[in-house]
Amino acid sequence: MSSFKFDGREIPFVDGQTILQAVQAAGQDIPHLCYHPEFKPHGSCKLCSVRIGERMIASCTTPAAAGMNVESDTPDINDQRRTLLQMLFVEGNHFCPSCEKSGACRLQASAYELQMMSPHYDHFFPDRPVDASHEDFLLDTNRCILCSLCVRASRDVDGKNVFAFSGRGIHTHLIVNARSGRLGDTDFAAADKAAQVCPVGCILRKRVGFAVPIGQRPFDPPPQGE
Amino acid sequence: MPANLETATGAEKLRRVAIDPISRVEGHGKITLLLDEHNRVHQVRLHIVEFRGFEKFIQGRPYWEVPVMVQRLCGICPVSHHLAASKALDVIVGARRLTPTAEKLRRLMHYGQILQSHALHFFHLCSPDLLFGFDSEAARRNIVEIAAQHPETARKGVLLRKFGQEVIRHTAGKRIHGTGSVPGGVNKSLTVAERDALLADAYQMVQWSREAVALVKQLHAQQPALYNSFGAVRAKTVSLVGHGGEMDLYHGRLRGRDENGAILFDGVDYADYGKLIEEQVKPWSYMKFPYLKSFGAETGWYRVGPLSRVQNCDLIPTPLAEIERREFVDYCGGMPSQAPLAYHWARMIEMLHAAETIKDLLHDDDVLGSELTVCGPRASEGVGVIEAPRGTLIHHYRVDDDDLVSTCNLIVSTTHNNQAMNESVREVARRYLHGREVTEPLLNHLEVAVRAFDPCLSCATHALGKMPLIVELLDVDGNTVSSLRRD
Repeated sequence: MSSFKFDGREIPFVDGQTILQAVQAAGQDIPHLCYHPEFKPHGSCKLCSVRIGERMIASCTTPAAAGMNVESDTPDINDQRRTLLQMLFVEGNHFCPSCEKSGACRLQASAYELQMMSPHYDHFFPDRPVDASHEDFLLDTNRCILCSLCVRASRDVDGKNVFAFSGRGIHTHLIVNARSGRLGDTDFAAADKAAQVCPVGCILRKRVGFAVPIGQRPFDPPPQGE
Repeated sequence: MPANLETATGAEKLRRVAIDPISRVEGHGKITLLLDEHNRVHQVRLHIVEFRGFEKFIQGRPYWEVPVMVQRLCGICPVSHHLAASKALDVIVGARRLTPTAEKLRRLMHYGQILQSHALHFFHLCSPDLLFGFDSEAARRNIVEIAAQHPETARKGVLLRKFGQEVIRHTAGKRIHGTGSVPGGVNKSLTVAERDALLADAYQMVQWSREAVALVKQLHAQQPALYNSFGAVRAKTVSLVGHGGEMDLYHGRLRGRDENGAILFDGVDYADYGKLIEEQVKPWSYMKFPYLKSFGAETGWYRVGPLSRVQNCDLIPTPLAEIERREFVDYCGGMPSQAPLAYHWARMIEMLHAAETIKDLLHDDDVLGSELTVCGPRASEGVGVIEAPRGTLIHHYRVDDDDLVSTCNLIVSTTHNNQAMNESVREVARRYLHGREVTEPLLNHLEVAVRAFDPCLSCATHALGKMPLIVELLDVDGNTVSSLRRD
């Protein structure tokens, strides 16, 4: 089997695997937000960027190749990842202390993993009202990181196109497919794949927040002493 | 000396002395004095100068987020807000009666909160004044010096607080700002290992709490004149009591007494708090001034907290604390104590009650149960009231059809005590400062009076939005030219 070097370790791969897929298959990981194994890689968040030679590339979209030397967990690359996270935190309204996704949020977990100690930049504090018009789901775009997973899931799996992006650059934002602009007026349903893929606290099932106790959430650290 | 020290005439000609910030209290407040050239006191005000805004920014948020968000009002008694909000939202989700497991775990969490907050207040914040003297050197008035001079007292105080925090951690998930209570119940019960870990220390906590009560009694016995009169002002009292008139800090009905201890009202459903209480806004403080509607703003103010609760209930349903309550009542000679320093005595009796209650709950297998939540027909409005460490805490929410909060009203413990604290500070100023050269130890006397109430000024300034407001235009002689009122 072919292999490449990843932070000095040999990682085997099969043809067609990306760097990130091969690394995960080998039991290791690269910080990422917009990647989901069930969807075609998007390469938009750039958190999974790694260095090959002089080039920085997104590991979720770059095919693995024999003999490549990939650097990931280095101080300078992690500095860049922290900067990306800090920009994501200040662009939206991410109030982890009262967010029901706390402990299960990939953005928060990445910030812990990369030891982001402060937002560093000035907060934008955008004014984004919560859309609670749907009977079973809440859309809180204050926490949207534009990973597009809901867009891809709704389009590619559910065949509904409930979600899309509108605007350009810093004005890019999530919209829903209803003339009213309200989730409750779309055909979005609890069984949709798009209802299950949000990595942050943007698309939330209603009335179950905080049902999982601290210590049992996916990204909670193991109890002390274990 | 003017009888009412709230507002002086000719203030511009007077000298202003400010204690800013007040130390060893939660939050940011200040006391200002206006003195003339002979150091005669003309005005004394306790101002609360911070501003929070929780009532406003909880609007538009999903209701299940409320218990977790509003507890951020405070880092000392977040559990009280967590539970008061949960109780209000129990009504919203139709949980009229919780499962025994949920009810007992919430009580356990709450009494852990009472224990740790009372220990913190007495040992860390106030014992330096009480053990070293109000006019001792300022540099000595702290817990570090207590640890140096009274190491056993300091150690027990720290460990009592730690135990309370551990009770909270096991029931809420974290020592501070946990998530254990959810609308309709709780999200976890205790494991056997958690229960046993707490039980291992529970009896020691009861014993140390008894010693804390004994320490306060000793302080009273050493200087009865000081402890019985310092900052004393006659006030009405309000608190929850259990359905049988017993002390119940988690749930009950509202009872009020007048200055002589006679019942003013009893058995009032706390959902009707709006029929009893109204709030007044004064331009010099961010903290509102609640009063009993039936008496009006001038005389309707009242006290809440340990001193009110211990004297308002008919009994305490744990044996050791009940013995102490009776001794306290006997000491007061059948009339209500009006002395702020008696708060400490009452607070330690409550701490003992909390330790006993925790011990009893840990022996109840319901706290290991698995039925955690219930729900029923939805409602659009809910009120939750709890006796927080500092007093009666009211949370009131309305939720729209989309599950978002449309209205929030919080009346927190310290707010109830606003006028009482101001009156006590004025009383101390009259007695100790009037006509004297102002010194730091004398100013500390004013702070001692405030501290006795254990105010949480962070909690007390939670409001934002269209508060009732009176704008008055005065001429140079202080006469009202015109006024504008918004209710």
